[in-house]
Amino acid sequence: MLNKKQMDLKDKLLSSFLVFENQLESDDYLNNLRNDAIKIFEEKGFPSKKEEAWKYTSLNSILKEDYTVFPKQENALQFNDVKKYFIHDIDAYKIVFIDGKYSSYLSETTHDGMDICLMSAAMAKPKYRLVIENYFNKAATKDSLPSLNTAFSTEGAFIHIPKNKLVPKPIQIIHFSTGNEAALMLQPRNLIVVDENSHCQIIERHQSLTGNPVLTNSVTEIFTNKRAIVDYYKIQNDNLNASLLDNTFIKQKQESVASVHTFAFGGKLVRNNLNFYQQGERIDSTLKGVTIIGDKQHIDHNTLVHHIEPNCESHQDYKGIFGDGATGVFNGKIIVNKEAQKTNAFQANNNILISDKATINTKPQLEIFADDVKCSHGCTIGQLDESAMFYMRSRGIPEKEAKALLMYAFSNNVMSSVKIPEVKQRITKIIANKLGVNLGFDL
Amino acid sequence: MLKIENLHARVEDKSILKGINLEVNPGEVHAIMGPNGSGKSTLASVIAGKEDYEVTKGKIIFNNEDIDDLAAEERAHKGIFLSFQYPVEIPGVSVTNFMKTAINETRKAQGLEEMPAKDLLKLIRDKSELLEIDRKFLSRSLNDGFSGGEKKRNEIFQMAMLEPQLAILDETDSGLDIDALRIVANGVNKLKSKDNAVIVITHYQRLLDYIVPDFVHVLHNGRIVKSGGKELAHELEEKGYDWVKEGVNA
Repeated sequence: MLNKKQMDLKDKLLSSFLVFENQLESDDYLNNLRNDAIKIFEEKGFPSKKEEAWKYTSLNSILKEDYTVFPKQENALQFNDVKKYFIHDIDAYKIVFIDGKYSSYLSETTHDGMDICLMSAAMAKPKYRLVIENYFNKAATKDSLPSLNTAFSTEGAFIHIPKNKLVPKPIQIIHFSTGNEAALMLQPRNLIVVDENSHCQIIERHQSLTGNPVLTNSVTEIFTNKRAIVDYYKIQNDNLNASLLDNTFIKQKQESVASVHTFAFGGKLVRNNLNFYQQGERIDSTLKGVTIIGDKQHIDHNTLVHHIEPNCESHQDYKGIFGDGATGVFNGKIIVNKEAQKTNAFQANNNILISDKATINTKPQLEIFADDVKCSHGCTIGQLDESAMFYMRSRGIPEKEAKALLMYAFSNNVMSSVKIPEVKQRITKIIANKLGVNLGFDL
Repeated sequence: MLKIENLHARVEDKSILKGINLEVNPGEVHAIMGPNGSGKSTLASVIAGKEDYEVTKGKIIFNNEDIDDLAAEERAHKGIFLSFQYPVEIPGVSVTNFMKTAINETRKAQGLEEMPAKDLLKLIRDKSELLEIDRKFLSRSLNDGFSGGEKKRNEIFQMAMLEPQLAILDETDSGLDIDALRIVANGVNKLKSKDNAVIVITHYQRLLDYIVPDFVHVLHNGRIVKSGGKELAHELEEKGYDWVKEGVNA
């Protein structure tokens, strides 16, 4: 049964939509999408634990806040105050939002041979209409959270890389919330289309700057066309009052290569719905994650890899370290269609519990309809290896550092496929920081 | 340097060491021999500070300090090194990074600055040459997929890097072919000085042809039942352990 407060946020969103609808430009195409989407949300509401896919994650604790859905004022930030949240030691395109509004001051976009810009511009200008009509909301599912986002979507990153382009530097998408509102709900919407033979690298981050509650319901749609390559890095290291519901959908065409690395260190509650759809042959999909949480944090990785055509591969490797009273969930679903012969699908989820009160629920879910496939999966839950601890301590490495070193080693598999060295360094620093040590080297 | 007095130790409810007395002085090489299950590896682990073992009686004095309450890393910082019979595989940490952490943590504990990267690299180069270790080997994950011989050579390489005062070599010869044995023994001999000491734990006399002991002790059923010079090792090789056991039981 839904509790009263939860009804409140749903009601508030539904009534806000009426106001929002009146302010929209007349755009039948998008407004019809929005109307259909709000109906789905109205019907389904927020997901509850009664749904199989939400069995281990309750949204109750984050839905009870009285969120502002449309912030009243525009806020500014000084670069130096937020510099540390950027990968600032590399040259990069930047698409930056403050409380859901685009910050041209902090951003660096381009229209030079490719479009790395804003969703609001792409929705408004005729020259982007074809891309919007071909791709917008074409990968997102009709589930309640993506639908809620579609209904309210006005802003986010819009990235269109035409064919045969190597994007010369990474693209950083950062969403800041300033805390000027007592509680804020954000619904960023990103659309990324990478055409034939093109390659881009993207880093995404959500960062709350105060302890005020923030709830982000984000949707990112990524399309990798023939032989395109996309590397996507999600850095989740937000504070303990910020929650993130991330819905990422990736549609891949033949011979394309897509990887998503999710570094989940922060937030009160994080749900990563990560969905790959392979629509062509010889596609390669990689899903990797490192989760290190403590306190009462909750992180839920819900992945789907749908093998639709033959001769494709997918590689999943998620490592989790859970301390204090933290809870983790890994639910990895792999579907192999009858036609998808010669599929190679690998999935691994390894977890270490460093506290008696920490919990992990891990569940592989394989639905295989083809008969000539290689699928493997493995889940482990364990503690740190005592014999390895003694070995390291006997070499003079103190207990705390030895533990940290083992945890580093544990997450190394995932780190080794990170292709931007500065991202790797940053993640290494965050990990060292989380574990309270300085090891003096990078992985 | 090391003085063990009436040491009793057990693991869970099983008594393993039942009154060990041993004194090791700087510059000495001691061999501890004995049949399987006599307590040799337990003695090595107890000196190094493995927490699974409980010292129920007696003392371990290292440089005039009772080290019973010290953690394994604190004993390492004071200069005790254990070469493991079965070195642990640690995938994801390279040999170089492991040594860097071990050396700098030890220096930190001793109130020293971190070793500059260039000095560390030179040290690694020198010591890996000593053990005839290929440089490529050093960027591999620690012991991960190493052969038995590589693991043991890597143990002595670590010993060379850390320059302990007291090195305990637990069955370092097991799993070594004759060439590897020679390299390992040569490394140990080159590291020997009048200020440090080595305890060689072995089942066979073979290693002692290369690392020549000043004293040989025979461990049986948790006690040292016989001590002598290096000729005792040859006698054991010829006659086996039964005559020692019989001597005790009689």
